[in-house]
Amino acid sequence: MAGMGMRDIKRRIKSVNSTKQITNAMKLVSTAKLKRTRDRFERVKPYFETVSETIQGILKSADNIEHPYISGREIKKSLYIVITADRGLCGGYNINAIKKALADVEDRERSSFIVIGQKAKGYFSKRGYEIIGEYLHISEKPEYRHAKDIGKLALELYKEGKIDEIKLIYTQFASTISHVPQMLKLLPAAKQEEEGTEEKEFKYISYEPSPGAVLDYLIPKYVESAVFGGLVESAASEQAARRMAMESATDNAQEMIEKLTLSFNQARQAAITQEISEIVGGAEALK
Amino acid sequence: MASTFHLEIVTPDRKFYEDEVNMAIVRTVEGDVGILRDHVPSVVPLSIGVIKIKKDGKMIRATCSGGFVSIDEDKATIITDAAEWPEEIDVERAKFAMKRAEERLKESNKEVDVLRAQIALSKALNRLRVSKGE
Repeated sequence: MAGMGMRDIKRRIKSVNSTKQITNAMKLVSTAKLKRTRDRFERVKPYFETVSETIQGILKSADNIEHPYISGREIKKSLYIVITADRGLCGGYNINAIKKALADVEDRERSSFIVIGQKAKGYFSKRGYEIIGEYLHISEKPEYRHAKDIGKLALELYKEGKIDEIKLIYTQFASTISHVPQMLKLLPAAKQEEEGTEEKEFKYISYEPSPGAVLDYLIPKYVESAVFGGLVESAASEQAARRMAMESATDNAQEMIEKLTLSFNQARQAAITQEISEIVGGAEALK
Repeated sequence: MASTFHLEIVTPDRKFYEDEVNMAIVRTVEGDVGILRDHVPSVVPLSIGVIKIKKDGKMIRATCSGGFVSIDEDKATIITDAAEWPEEIDVERAKFAMKRAEERLKESNKEVDVLRAQIALSKALNRLRVSKGE
């Protein structure tokens, strides 16, 4: 920055400062939103957890139940439900979720996508992936009916045999500073492997009217609630990611302003020193 | 004192109820089922109806708009799309929904619409019934 004149530096400081004000405002906004989405997530969590616990319990004790949702078939086509944000400026949040999905895609001909959020839509449509459904402008405030719609669409495709497995990609909200993209296999519903399940005791559970009928009802519910849980959790992660990105942008701007102020002062001092020595030199010459 | 078991009711928006209770009566797809302690473990889908909870000799009611119940010996979990206490029910809204559903039933002839209207109607009627304390 040495070559810059005083006026240039001053201009620079002004522009960095206004950027800082903007990023700071965005940080405050997303802090407020984060609080709201996080409260919501805490409220939704029990439902999501209870449903998946119940389903896992049934799957564990129901080894012998034959059902199209469970048994699975040869995988010819996979469906990915990718949850991202509508807007950027949130660090690696969007791209990390997209990357997580891409890491699992082996053959793009054999995969299709339901995209949630403008960012995923932009990414996948630009690159010519097959998009079956798109849900925009819901990722900030997801409602249960959105999850219902998405679940219904995915299940219909599964029933028609157009797809053979369903995977959900969402961003896990580990803490305000850590959010990890996760992939969850929804269908065919699989038991989550746990250690030490070998010696589980046999427990008789009665299903009324019949195991098949119960699963007919339960599995779609499971898919819906998982999608809903994913949407709400991702919304919280999005705000947390944006808050973090904006915070570091504000910090960087502050740091830059400090550096610029320093070089501004140096330049000012140099100018003054030069002026003095010019005056002194001039006076010497007149003697 | 009668024996108790742990009852939990969850909806997508909140944990609706969680307590030790003496008895719960729920409307399943096969009819009303009363749950006491040491019930045989089972999983049953619920239809639209009333959840009756008996605790300390008192009976409290709530609406339930379908879902399922998972019963264990000492625990029962009801998972439903929506549940409300009688005082929470928006009677005006339920009445409006009832009228709308009835009109739809008269007009439409598509199978899907009829089904949806029927579900809406029974939800509205159920809410109105519970709000009157029946």
